Amino acid sequence: MNRYPAWKYLLIAVSILLGLLYTLPNFYGESPAVQISPLRTTAKADAGLLNRVEEALKEASLPTSGTFLEGGSIKVRLADTDTQIKARDTLQSLLGNGYMVALNLLPNSPQWLASIGALPMYLGLDLRGGVHFLLEVDMKGALSKALDRFGSDIRGSLREKKIPYAGLDKRGSLIVVKFRNAESRAQAGAEIKKNYPDLDLREENVGTEFHLAATLRPEAQKRIQDAAVQQNITTLRNRVNELGVAEPIIQQAGADRVVVQLPGVQDTAKAKDILGRTATLEVRMVDEEHDLSAALRGQIPFGSELYNERGGGPLLVKKQVVLTGDRINDAQPGFDNNNQPAVHLNLDNSGARIFQQLTRDNVGKRMAILLIEKNQAEVVTAPVIREEIGGGRVQISGRMTSEEARDVALLLRAGALAAPMDIVEERTVGPSLGAENIESGFNSTLYGFAAIAVFMTIYYSVFGFISVLALGVNLLLLVGLLSILQATLTLPGMAAIALTLGMAIDANVLINERIRDELREGMAPQAAINAGYERAWATILDSNITTLIAGIALFAFGSGPIKGFAVVLCLGIMTSMYSAVMVSRGFVNLVYGSRRKLERVSIGQVWKPVTSKR
Amino acid sequence: MEFFRFKHDIPFMSWGKYTTVISLVTFIVSVFFLVTKGLNLGVDFTGGTVMEVSYTQPADLNRIRGTLIKLGMADASVQNFGTSRDVLIRLPAKADMSSAKLSETVIAALRTEDEATELRRVEFVGPQVGKELVENGALALLIVSLGIVAYLAIRFEWKFGVSGIIANLHDVVIILGFFAFFQWEFSLTVLAAILAILGYSVNESVVVFDRIRENFRKMRRASVSQVIDNAITRTMSRTIITHGSTQMVVVSMLLFGGESLHYFALALTIGILFGIYSSVLVASPLLMLLGVSRKDIVKPEKKPEPEAVP
Repeated sequence: MNRYPAWKYLLIAVSILLGLLYTLPNFYGESPAVQISPLRTTAKADAGLLNRVEEALKEASLPTSGTFLEGGSIKVRLADTDTQIKARDTLQSLLGNGYMVALNLLPNSPQWLASIGALPMYLGLDLRGGVHFLLEVDMKGALSKALDRFGSDIRGSLREKKIPYAGLDKRGSLIVVKFRNAESRAQAGAEIKKNYPDLDLREENVGTEFHLAATLRPEAQKRIQDAAVQQNITTLRNRVNELGVAEPIIQQAGADRVVVQLPGVQDTAKAKDILGRTATLEVRMVDEEHDLSAALRGQIPFGSELYNERGGGPLLVKKQVVLTGDRINDAQPGFDNNNQPAVHLNLDNSGARIFQQLTRDNVGKRMAILLIEKNQAEVVTAPVIREEIGGGRVQISGRMTSEEARDVALLLRAGALAAPMDIVEERTVGPSLGAENIESGFNSTLYGFAAIAVFMTIYYSVFGFISVLALGVNLLLLVGLLSILQATLTLPGMAAIALTLGMAIDANVLINERIRDELREGMAPQAAINAGYERAWATILDSNITTLIAGIALFAFGSGPIKGFAVVLCLGIMTSMYSAVMVSRGFVNLVYGSRRKLERVSIGQVWKPVTSKR
Repeated sequence: MEFFRFKHDIPFMSWGKYTTVISLVTFIVSVFFLVTKGLNLGVDFTGGTVMEVSYTQPADLNRIRGTLIKLGMADASVQNFGTSRDVLIRLPAKADMSSAKLSETVIAALRTEDEATELRRVEFVGPQVGKELVENGALALLIVSLGIVAYLAIRFEWKFGVSGIIANLHDVVIILGFFAFFQWEFSLTVLAAILAILGYSVNESVVVFDRIRENFRKMRRASVSQVIDNAITRTMSRTIITHGSTQMVVVSMLLFGGESLHYFALALTIGILFGIYSSVLVASPLLMLLGVSRKDIVKPEKKPEPEAVP
């Protein structure tokens, strides 16, 4: 009765083997490395680049312990962190802006392990050090910007259809268009309804004026907000690439939030600065019809704004935005024909078309390129349009130093945010604390395990030892599973590993106690083993399910490190049910199952009360 | 070796009056401290900034306080953390100051005093996020409780579900009472520990309930209290050994887990100790109070069909 069919033994053997295989990479540790990834589609990481990198490192006499091409980027393994930083600097100056050269850690496990997908566990920021940000997108800002755009579009349409209107302003979440008579209002209403299905219209009469109030429909609001978050994520990704982080995580969290995790980043100030920038680029026309000196006295003409030009005087600029920074494909610092520092822009198709039309219609006039950063707008340059510019290649040159040209280019390349963002949560862990956390998590598990092992073996002798073996298998499977899933392991996650070990032994105690019970009742050893396992199973299932409920709730409502705890807890419960019941039974069957006449089993002393039967 | 040798069933149920009084008193005392002292909520829940900085030699807390006061942060709290070289600085959430910049300002100021100051950790939580974490925590607690009641009700009977969860929520309140009394910091990890312990302690009740059910079927002539006494006595050894072995791991966490896991392990310890007590001496008397009877468990058996005799 205590024999397993061959397939069960095979299953146990295979699971242990797989567990061993996938746990193995965790023992090799990691070595410092430099990772080179192309930032633009024109640049490629190929064998040619690999050669260049190898030669450059040889020239700088920086020894490597392997360079290889993997997944579209080049990885260079180095002996220590010192050489790593030197190598990064050497390679960055060699390769220039087209490539991201980032510090990274590479697992030392041999190639054959990596090729079967056996990687070390993915460590969370609290273990490897790094920065975690939670950014919140300012949705009001995104909607207000969208309303501005609708306002200027409506103005354009009304003008185009020659429908007279007395004024248009934005009031909170409303665009109010004023008319002198009901006819033109009706006309305009029909026109707006036709062209702007995203707007809800309402007619109002205020005094002698005829108003038309437009609001964004809820579904349009939602669409705009989603688009804003998506664009911000794209922008953040570009900016993080500029920072040079090897394995950043940037993902949406909830309706209006974005999580950014930068492992290994030490310079949090710079990271915050680059992430937090809310720079946008706008191309507008300079208002040359009105008098600047009158505007300086406070009479700013309607539809225009007063700005300062970089390194120059004040300038009247029209409010209407012709082109925004999201139309920019690429921006590079360089020099113009007169050898002055300049930024070369490459616009996308639609941007190129708009720009071509703009320059065709406005030859001889001045346009202004504005950089808006933290609600502060500045005219970077206000060049005179000499000729029609087609093809989407634009050069901005103004009063710039080459340093400024590089900054502007970086900012433009990294893109604009659709809406401003705020950091609402930050968690930074220094590398030394990370290493300490790993150590304390590891030690807790180790000594906890050792204590249990000693106790179980003494208390339940052979059965105790088998329980400890099963517990070891549980640990092996759990670590292997975490490695396969590449689930993020955090410090609470390590605590959960230790905790599930403590909880997993429950099942074996339960089984062993049941077997003792049955022996006490006078059952034959073989039958007692069988009954013990059978009867304990229902209880084990019950008790683990309640813990699983807690784990799932923690996963659903927890954030960050708590999620890590929940994942490990849930996985640990599942592996423990397998190992405590099936694997330990397998061992027991191996030891006792084949003996036909089993007199006694080694499960510690079974004490029988004198009056065992009532 | 066998630790527990019970010759006769221990009359736990006849102690019901005393244990109810003990439970009620500890419960009321815990609630009292929760109300009067309140929980020392960590930055996760209140919002604000926590910074851990480390010096090469023992840190001069007064000088650090002075530096912070010069920065206009007189309401900051500065204390040692773990060792005399590590310092924990707490800055309450401020509406006017860009909170993300706060930690930068502080560390820059501290570095002008001592260049070797190492920033080990920064945690900044915005007030809005903090509020959400409180809400999510409470919601998680509720869902776990409901889930467990539902599971026990399906698996056993509603009376088991209700007494199981009351017994374990009683543990939760007592853990919270300890945290309020000693003003230990209540953080997200502590909350996770409490929820895990909630799921775990219910195990204990489940084991006892399992035996009660079995006994109702086996011990046909025994009274309800005899049935429960026998179930508790027979699971006693197992209860103490399993909790003891889990506690071994938790002790190892307390000793080797460092500061970060300290309160986590502490919450688990209290939870495990009271878990033993409550699943034995709270859940079962409650079960009797709710009037559990053999009928709830043993469905009236159908009379065997008369065999067709040829």
